[in-house]
Amino acid sequence: MRWRFVIPLVIFMGFVGLFVVGFDLNPRAIPSPLVGKPAPFFSLPRFDQPDQMVTPEMLRGKPYLLNVWATWCVSCRMEHPELMRLAGEGVRIVGFNYKEVRGDASVDARRLSPEAEREWAWARIEEWLQKGGNPYDVVVVDLTGRSAIDYGVYGTPETFFVDAEGIIRHKQVGPISRAIWEGELRAKWLAIAGGEKGGPYERR
Amino acid sequence: MSEGRVIAGENASMSEEPVNRGRRRATWGAIAALIGAGAGGEIKAEGFGPASDSATPVQQGREGKAVPLFDPALEERALALGRQLRCVVCQNQSIAESNASLAHDLMNEVRQMLGAGKTEQEVIEFLVARYGEFVLFKPPLDVRTAVLWGGPFALGVGAVAALWWSIHRRRSESQPLSEEERRVADRLLAEGESTGDQR
Repeated sequence: MRWRFVIPLVIFMGFVGLFVVGFDLNPRAIPSPLVGKPAPFFSLPRFDQPDQMVTPEMLRGKPYLLNVWATWCVSCRMEHPELMRLAGEGVRIVGFNYKEVRGDASVDARRLSPEAEREWAWARIEEWLQKGGNPYDVVVVDLTGRSAIDYGVYGTPETFFVDAEGIIRHKQVGPISRAIWEGELRAKWLAIAGGEKGGPYERR
Repeated sequence: MSEGRVIAGENASMSEEPVNRGRRRATWGAIAALIGAGAGGEIKAEGFGPASDSATPVQQGREGKAVPLFDPALEERALALGRQLRCVVCQNQSIAESNASLAHDLMNEVRQMLGAGKTEQEVIEFLVARYGEFVLFKPPLDVRTAVLWGGPFALGVGAVAALWWSIHRRRSESQPLSEEERRVADRLLAEGESTGDQR
């Protein structure tokens, strides 16, 4: 009968185990239902050629990282040097600028005309890319954030790993640091880009 | 991982809560903003000044205000649906309640879809396809969620069964005292009477 006194302890240890795991989980990290699916459609203007629209169809053929960012996003500034390093290593990064003006909490975009918003967004992006360098193969600009909804974007930065067939293979929520890249993301990138002849990581 | 991650318009939404419950929110918003500013200060990217030091205009406020529909019945449907959908930014609020910029965007999306004649189910499927079942306050009942839905009932039934079993067993275990036991008990009781109650 002695073993019966162990039951509460076992139950308690079970709860401890749940808490140890549970408190370590990140409640902000929401698994994306888009992994394994084709990159959702968008048609957004190129930053460097605003009259030209870019679609995911045009990005296919080579794997890429779709990096969702904005200049008002502090974490994006934090990850920017790492993006520069990755671009230097041959990783193809597509910039997806998210609500550049109206996403900025310090701005009342309602007082801006669409033209003014556009003009200002371009100026801000230009300044950012000049100061921090441009790691992007191409930058598309989503002023309203409507296309970002199709990608399930709920903050910045977010980075989608898209393979050569245009399938989303992974979603990174939060900034890419050197540690996260080396520890986890590099393998995921190599999985979609490694085997490709003349592809990224082979140009090194 | 998401520490310091910027959620669009979150600070702004916090500082613009209605006054009734806004005071404390505003304080927290200010604290969050301070923490955010602190985190920002620590980040020294190479050759990187503040993103838009000169460009930020003087006006304060936020973008992305809700755009209610003119049709009150439709607006009521949109809000009722919005209350069932979890805001991915603030998580414990629905997109109908939340003041986060993304919640406004999603509410406006819901309004637009309902206005275009889409059904509630279609709107829910639209959001689940993008943000996952996380947005549902009421997850669907299927194999994966069976434990979630059935667990509490199973626990309740189990607890009642355990209680019944233990009572039943205790009752069946209790047996009348033997002659020997009765004599010991009598003696102990008698001792208690002679020495006891002298507190």
